[in-house]
Amino acid sequence: MGLGNLLFIAIVIAAAGLFYRNLSRIIKNIKLGKELDRSDHSSDRWKMMIRVALGQSKMVVRPVAGVLHILVYVGFVIINIEILEIIIDGIFGTHRVFASVLGAGYKPFIDSFELLALLVLVSCALFLVRRNIVRIPRFWKPEMKGWPASDANYILIMEILLMSAFLIMDAADTVLMNMDAETLMAAGNGKYIVPQMAGGQFVVSQYLIGMLPSNASTLILIERVCWWFHIIGILGFLNYLVISKHLHILLAFPNTYYSNLKDKGEFNNLASVKKEVQLMFDPDADPYAAPPEPEGPPETFGAKDATDLTWKQLLDAYTCTECGRCTSVCPANQTGKLLSPRKIMMDTRDRISEIGKGREKEGEEFNDGKSLLTDYITPEELWACTSCNACTDACPINIDPLSIIVDLRRYLVMEQSTAPAELNGMFTNIENNGAPWQFAQADRLNWKDES
Amino acid sequence: MSTPITVKTMAEMMAAGEKPEVLFWVGCAGSFDDRAKKITRAFVRLLNGAGVSFAVLGTEESCTGDPAKRAGNEFLFQMQAIQNIQVLNGYEVTKIVTTCPHCFNTLKNEYPDLGGEYEVLHHTQFLNDLMKSGKLKVEGGEFKGKRITFHDPCYLGRGNNEYEAPRELLQKLDVELVEMKRCKSKGLCCGAGGAQMFKEAEKGDKEINIERTEDALETKAEIVATGCPFCNTMMTDGVKSFEKEKSVQVFDLAELVLGAKDL
Repeated sequence: MGLGNLLFIAIVIAAAGLFYRNLSRIIKNIKLGKELDRSDHSSDRWKMMIRVALGQSKMVVRPVAGVLHILVYVGFVIINIEILEIIIDGIFGTHRVFASVLGAGYKPFIDSFELLALLVLVSCALFLVRRNIVRIPRFWKPEMKGWPASDANYILIMEILLMSAFLIMDAADTVLMNMDAETLMAAGNGKYIVPQMAGGQFVVSQYLIGMLPSNASTLILIERVCWWFHIIGILGFLNYLVISKHLHILLAFPNTYYSNLKDKGEFNNLASVKKEVQLMFDPDADPYAAPPEPEGPPETFGAKDATDLTWKQLLDAYTCTECGRCTSVCPANQTGKLLSPRKIMMDTRDRISEIGKGREKEGEEFNDGKSLLTDYITPEELWACTSCNACTDACPINIDPLSIIVDLRRYLVMEQSTAPAELNGMFTNIENNGAPWQFAQADRLNWKDES
Repeated sequence: MSTPITVKTMAEMMAAGEKPEVLFWVGCAGSFDDRAKKITRAFVRLLNGAGVSFAVLGTEESCTGDPAKRAGNEFLFQMQAIQNIQVLNGYEVTKIVTTCPHCFNTLKNEYPDLGGEYEVLHHTQFLNDLMKSGKLKVEGGEFKGKRITFHDPCYLGRGNNEYEAPRELLQKLDVELVEMKRCKSKGLCCGAGGAQMFKEAEKGDKEINIERTEDALETKAEIVATGCPFCNTMMTDGVKSFEKEKSVQVFDLAELVLGAKDL
């Protein structure tokens, strides 16, 4: 085993270890959320995940982006099979180990990867054009300034570079594989002899051969540089995921599995309120009884900070890839209001990450005096929501911004009593007359005798 | 409208030892809003015409709590819900029909967990069932051949996945149904949901109902059909703001079916 192999193994282990550590942090942050039972209906959940995440059923609602996305997705998943060959070659110092396994099937095997690589490359280039030249409005909303915009471009550029390295590597290798075996042997490059490929070329990379030098040692240098770039790039990309919106490629699966399976119109009945209301209506309750000693800290109604949300809402936040389909269909956003459902998700993610970091340093007592509500999301944003569910319907991976909006509203109303004055009037009317307007309940049937 | 309508309350029926097949949940808009009251009466005429045994709660009905819940006042919502459930269960109600998608959603989805389990139907579903069973028949009528577009209420469509019942009704009326560019699951909200009906909109550059009315006017429809009293208000206001109220009318599906029947 040479130095190269040892270096390779060390890099793979380090990259995997770093990824594991950072992903564990994110999982820990998600677990800071409140409990929610989504262990029911497992067969429906599998079906949902297969249809929506694996099958991309909601992506194709917008055909251009949807088809391009499927190409990148399928390409990326399948090309990663090639990683297996790279890892085996890297560890054992072999070269194109699958060629001897697949025999005549090796060329079509690599050909299919090359075709996909080309499609991924073209799709990513088109995505860059859509974002930066066509400037599709949803990519240019205020919350996309700075890092979120760069993040998206970095991902696309990285994918283009990775695919290019793969194709250039194949091109250089093709020239080498077609060289005279004895010459290669004599120069100590015997491992570049791949009998299965003698006289053959790959479907895409053959067109790149013209750009390459013919000198064997330069070709080997190019092939090696591309090989190392491809594998280190992929390992780097893996570690980039955890600081990027691109994490959706992993979290989309659990997130769709744990989707809300109920009708979208249904809001949960807050359990903490249920207890109090039931006590109020309990005819056997003793009105003079001392309230029972509360167990643990008193429950807050609604959510003020990211830790008041459920783990599913936090998983939603980490899963969001900031595509902005939610915001582009939001009636409030379309009419110039401050609300952007995507921003709700981004803020939630940023805040829980901040809390996670703080707790890592200062322990559970961490308190920076900030909260998701007001420091990140303002009441003006929350009060612009019509609860129409367009955002939840549009999300390709079943993220639910509406439930967060409602939980934050609940805090504003029930803990802070800071609803807009007109809504307080509406509440009073319901309390007093059983209707949101000032009409007497006794007049409820008057319509019968009018015409 | 010649023939008077017949409406009994649950209390009256109970006193007479009767039990209706279905409770008509009128809702606050249907009880108090002048425009929505017409929809209520139109629906009752259809129920009378089809010989449906129904009753209303009358003065015993109270807000379902929907606007309070959407606004974040869970406490008030559950107080309303528990009181309504006590009344409904007291009358042993099993089936409810309502002309308001907000009441529909709340009764159907949010009451069961609090002890109120009923079969709940939106009036477009109920009317569609009546037609399918032959209890309600339509022959042409005044809307035949008219160009009509349907605005999906959020809490009927996206909220509860009912897109077809209202459209099937329109098809039975022999109207020319034209869809807006945003329809069914992509339908744009009228702007009233989430308790927005009861407050001024937040600062923006346009009202949502104007944006939606533009969609409707683009279809060149003569009639905008709705299935929600709040959508009705928002679309009517929208049409007025474009000064198109002479050429474009906003009707509830109950009114359209009734118009076709000429009852």
